[in-house]
Amino acid sequence: MQHNVNWLQALLVLSLSVTLGWTVEVQRPRGVPLTKRQFYDEAKPFTCLDGSRTIPFDRVNDDYCDCKDGSDEPGTAACPNGSFHCTNAGYRPTFIPSSRINDGICDCCDGTDEYNSGASCQNTCKELGRKEREALQKLAEITKEGFLLKQQLIEEAKKGQQEKQSRLSELQDSRKGHEDKVEALRTVKETAEQPEKEAKERHLKAWEEHKAALRLEKEKAKMAEVFLELDDNADGFVDVSELQTHQELDPDGDGTLTDTEAQGLLGGAHKVDSTEFMNMWSNMKEKYVSEVCPPTPSSDLDKDPDSVYPEDDLDEDAAGEDDEDDDDDDDRDDDDDKVISPLQVLEKLSVCERERWCLLCNAALLPFSFRALEKEISFDFGPSSEFAYLYSQCYELTTNEYIYRLCPFNRVSQKPKYGGSETSLGSWGSWSGPEDNKYSVMKYEHGMGCWQGPNRSTTVKLTCGKETAVVSTSEPSRCEYLMEFTTPAVCLEPPNIDTQVHDEF
Amino acid sequence: MGFIRILIELSLICMNPPRMSCLLAVWLAVVLSGIQAVDRSNFKTCIQSSFCKRMRDVVPGHSPYRALLETLELSNTRLTLQLINDNNKVRLLLELYRLQGNMTRLKINELKPLRPRFEVPDVLIADPPTEPLSLVSQDEGGVVLSLGADARHLVVSARPFRLDIVEGPHVLLSVNSRGLLAFEHQRPRKDTSSENDSEEVEAEEDAEDQNYEKEEDQADMWEETFKSHTDSKPNGPTAISMDFSLPGVEHVYGIPEHAENLRLKTTDGHDPYRLYNLDVFQYELYNPMALYGSVPVLLSHSTQRTMGIFWLNAAETWVDISSKAAENTDSVQAPSKVAQTDVRWISESGIIDVFIMLGPKPTDVFAQYASLTGTQSFPPLFALGYHQCRWNYKDQEDVRSVDQGFDDHDIPYDFIWLDIEHADGKRYFTWDPAHFSQPREMLQGLVDKRRKMVAIVDPHIKVDSGYRVHKEIRSKNLYVKNKDGGDYEGWCWPGTSGYPDFTNPEMRSWWASMFAYDQYEGSMENLYIWNDMNEPSVFNGPEVTMHKDALHGSWEHRDIHNLYGLYVQMATADGLIQRSGGVERPFVLARAFFAGSQRYGAVWTGDNAAEWSHLKISIPMCLSLGLVGISFCGADVGGFFKSPSSELLVRWYQTGAYQPFFRAHAHLDTPRREPWLFGPENTALIREAVRQRYALLPYWYLLFYKAHGTGQPVMRPLWVEYPEDVTTFTIDDEYLLGRDLLVHPVTDEGSKEVTVYLPGTGGVWYDAFTFQRHEGGQNLYVPVTMSSIPVFQRGGSIIPRKNRIRRSSSCMEKDPYTLYVALSPQGTAEGELYIDDGHTFNYEQKKQFVHRRFIFADSTLSSSNISPDSQFSTASWVERVLILGAHKPSSVTLKTSGGSVASLEFDFDEATSVLTVHKPGVNAGADWTLLFQW
Repeated sequence: MQHNVNWLQALLVLSLSVTLGWTVEVQRPRGVPLTKRQFYDEAKPFTCLDGSRTIPFDRVNDDYCDCKDGSDEPGTAACPNGSFHCTNAGYRPTFIPSSRINDGICDCCDGTDEYNSGASCQNTCKELGRKEREALQKLAEITKEGFLLKQQLIEEAKKGQQEKQSRLSELQDSRKGHEDKVEALRTVKETAEQPEKEAKERHLKAWEEHKAALRLEKEKAKMAEVFLELDDNADGFVDVSELQTHQELDPDGDGTLTDTEAQGLLGGAHKVDSTEFMNMWSNMKEKYVSEVCPPTPSSDLDKDPDSVYPEDDLDEDAAGEDDEDDDDDDDRDDDDDKVISPLQVLEKLSVCERERWCLLCNAALLPFSFRALEKEISFDFGPSSEFAYLYSQCYELTTNEYIYRLCPFNRVSQKPKYGGSETSLGSWGSWSGPEDNKYSVMKYEHGMGCWQGPNRSTTVKLTCGKETAVVSTSEPSRCEYLMEFTTPAVCLEPPNIDTQVHDEF
Repeated sequence: MGFIRILIELSLICMNPPRMSCLLAVWLAVVLSGIQAVDRSNFKTCIQSSFCKRMRDVVPGHSPYRALLETLELSNTRLTLQLINDNNKVRLLLELYRLQGNMTRLKINELKPLRPRFEVPDVLIADPPTEPLSLVSQDEGGVVLSLGADARHLVVSARPFRLDIVEGPHVLLSVNSRGLLAFEHQRPRKDTSSENDSEEVEAEEDAEDQNYEKEEDQADMWEETFKSHTDSKPNGPTAISMDFSLPGVEHVYGIPEHAENLRLKTTDGHDPYRLYNLDVFQYELYNPMALYGSVPVLLSHSTQRTMGIFWLNAAETWVDISSKAAENTDSVQAPSKVAQTDVRWISESGIIDVFIMLGPKPTDVFAQYASLTGTQSFPPLFALGYHQCRWNYKDQEDVRSVDQGFDDHDIPYDFIWLDIEHADGKRYFTWDPAHFSQPREMLQGLVDKRRKMVAIVDPHIKVDSGYRVHKEIRSKNLYVKNKDGGDYEGWCWPGTSGYPDFTNPEMRSWWASMFAYDQYEGSMENLYIWNDMNEPSVFNGPEVTMHKDALHGSWEHRDIHNLYGLYVQMATADGLIQRSGGVERPFVLARAFFAGSQRYGAVWTGDNAAEWSHLKISIPMCLSLGLVGISFCGADVGGFFKSPSSELLVRWYQTGAYQPFFRAHAHLDTPRREPWLFGPENTALIREAVRQRYALLPYWYLLFYKAHGTGQPVMRPLWVEYPEDVTTFTIDDEYLLGRDLLVHPVTDEGSKEVTVYLPGTGGVWYDAFTFQRHEGGQNLYVPVTMSSIPVFQRGGSIIPRKNRIRRSSSCMEKDPYTLYVALSPQGTAEGELYIDDGHTFNYEQKKQFVHRRFIFADSTLSSSNISPDSQFSTASWVERVLILGAHKPSSVTLKTSGGSVASLEFDFDEATSVLTVHKPGVNAGADWTLLFQW
């Protein structure tokens, strides 16, 4: 019998308890789980399960609490710390606090908690059980298919990575040229530091010439950077809607950059590629506000000559940008290590500073794809790069009031459905799931600030799904957003649940 | 909610075009960055309120008023007498009444006013019944009238006019003894009046030309400007002022609402206490600035006597308090110095109408005041449970998940609240279609859990031709008018808003009808109402309220201002009663209030902040309200503005659990703070505090039943029960609930101990949880941990608790009681139990209730019926009896009314001297006796 009971219990727990119509109702006091049946022997006095006291058995479930652990009243609300066992045949058995016995609210799906309250509870266990099995089965299917998709994603990511690596090394080869350029610059600078007046004048002249060249190249670099920035969907074109994310470009100053105005800025075209964009750039450069880094003041190069040497400029920028870039150690080694290669310098700098430096070191010569690639490669796309496919993609969800946009590894934003400007809900921060499941949660931080509150931030919870989609958004706390995002990339290898589920029928 | 939100709203409205929003954002940053507390410059000081300045400039000692004794008329019910101002020859009419219950009423109006002056309606529950005044003596110096027993007399002195209420040789109170009576008579407007001014005025001018001119010349009499707002003052100066002296008095209390200690301070050298209902953004503590509500009742207390002054005036009012050591006016004894407190009342308009409540005991004053303005409404039992509020629960799913959170964490609660965002564009009586599209479904979900909801319905109405409420009020012409006769419009949450004229009975009746289930779509029986912003708050009005020259029928807003909030709550409470066909008791919370508001529901202390100082001041603020009849008071648990530390939040729950209205609330911009969001330890601490509240609900319910019946406050200063113990007169960090529980909440950060004053020399107190016994009449040092809530039960009392804590109070209805019998040093104890259905008027209309008295004396505990003509059957029974301070008995025997006798099991704990009698099992409504053999 004892063996039987245990087996039965195990079945109850494990099998999501199918009908069990054939189960014999095992006699025991109300509210006692089968596992504790042996402690409630009506032929004997009852000893509290904590051993604190022994009472006549007729005081079990007599609606007066005798045991400190509440074990004498498993079926009444008499003990403040008691619990009641619902068998819930057909569904999962469960415990409820004894304060929920006969409180007029049906808690157990079998209705056994309301035996004397006047509440009429329907037995909903079979229905719940059926629904749960269906849900589990559906989940299993999703997991299975999702996991297959994930394998493909991993494959693709591998290929993509190899490609990128090889492109990167190609680019690295061509970088030699840039290094030379930088070295030249350095020479200019070092020569300029000569105290002799003559030399200084000569070099100054050279510097003036160089400055003009620099300005031109900087302009190009800036344009290239802007193009990248504007091209939100990374399709190699900047189109009208992408341009409209920059309302500051509004030519007539009425505060709205209309479709027509945007098109005007793009020279009448609906979208332009990078070459065409170069021609249009002059129309907007005055107004354009960068998404990533604050623009270097255009007067930079026209300042007092003493401050325009690259070194000075670099220092100035690095010092001024601590608040934007969290790398505290950016400028630590700038001065005591002057002979490091420019590329080493580059690596030590934060993204923004790197971009600045590149401007100075004739970055226009570096194909911007190099920076983009480098940036992309730097992301943590998961243990098998299964999240790589999300890079440079954006996913939208439209609610009653807003359009939410998640661009993984980039940013989250919110835009009123019926016009109005976009609000940043955060830029890519980090993976921030629990230690054992780091890749289940993404954190986007430092969005637009809230009045008397923090900067907006968004937590993105990833769940397994066949589709890649934003399925819900909410703002659980002021200015702290929560997004639910489904992707096959988090689907775990399904256990052999398939057979299990079917076996039970 | 505070005023500042409007700025944010503005910025949202201006989001398009974006450039402008940028500008606005900059401006906001500039405007807001420095704001930490109230911007005092938004609110008037006495000097900035011209009438206050004029009245305060009146110099003591030279009263121009003289009683014309030849005009004295004495009828059965009243005495009338003319007063003349010798400076301008304007005559006033004085009326004196001796009221039943040891009160005197004094009214002064102009004898021949140019136009009627406002007399406050709807505050007194009836014309106070009078008793005959009889003339004792009269000479050219004055008259003496008898006030009945105890050689109590009213002495009227003629020159200058003065009143003294004396008892035997003692002067209890004097009126105009400092000569500060002032009554600005109405006069024709100089700039508009024709040549043919009334003869009376001409006569006056002839009589006292110089003085009269001097009066006319004072600034701001006919128009005054504060900040950008001009008050047109079409009726000119109409202020009134009067002084009262209280010999032998050092302690005065009352005149809420101020963020102030219980004992009022003197106002010499500072502003007077101001009574003018205002929506004050981030109010400051310990100052006399006006807040959301006003009750013009001041209590004086000494070891000898407690008295009250009720200044029935709804206009802007200022109260000066000063104290001095005065010559002993007791002529019999040798001259000596005694303490004296002087009080001066100043109001902008209306008449002087004062009720002097002569006590002599605190309970007498409460009864006297209750006989005038009524008692605390008897709330439904569940309204005494815990309320979970936040600006705002966002949608139905949010409501559902918070509700579930309470179950998941096993914390009881009765009400979840919806703030302004629940309505469709702040159109009250509607639901936001996106977030609350199925309100009945949501409410039914709460019904299924035996819980309720409160939705906010504010008194400002969005001006929107598509909004039915607006359309109907406009078409019925029931909005407050501006000075030019058009509908008054101001800014509030919905943008441009109209303000219904709640002073109009037709408006109130229509408003009440809006709460019918078929009018308020989506409402159900378990939906109750919150009236916020009923000062009224007008974001762009002077001092964030309505212009004084706005019109309510023929009366100016100036006249009725402090009454507006009361009318809003009155109409709403009526609506809730009516929707149930007069069966169900309403629950309405309001922020603004006036004398008499106690009849309509609960109030709270408005938009406080998550700071320790605000936790601390919640005690005196609610004590002060309790003294003037408003017992159902609470403060936002956790603090409205800012975000509390977990320690502060826990301490606030522990305090709030022992204050009458127990609601957590939070500002929109603060992080979520449902009780389970601060880690398991804090969740457990909060759970325990809330559970203590629920265990004591039977006691709370009894206290409210008695407050409703007698006007005695629920939450009481110690001096109310220990009126001769001077130590108690300034205590406001601890208090009594009823007579029998003393509470000293921990309100300091990092507290390791509190010092509790246990009053009552010769008595004893028992720790409510450890049952440790302490002597009365001592300062007790109590070490505290985070779980400590120092609460003590008075030796000699019996308190029923329900120890089976469930999800909501409704779920506990049928549960059994445990009686806590705390023995006095004499081995006796007494207590009561009140039970009814918890929510209807049947207790009143059909006498359906149980009211028992428990007496422990002579080794016998008995339960007897206090109200034999009542009838109610309860399922509850007596589960357990604890005798605190007991000896070990040899046997305990239960005798029931049926005559059965049974021996009961019991435990005795030697360490704590607690005797626990197991399961008497008798019905809570039955007669029974427990006999103890020692």
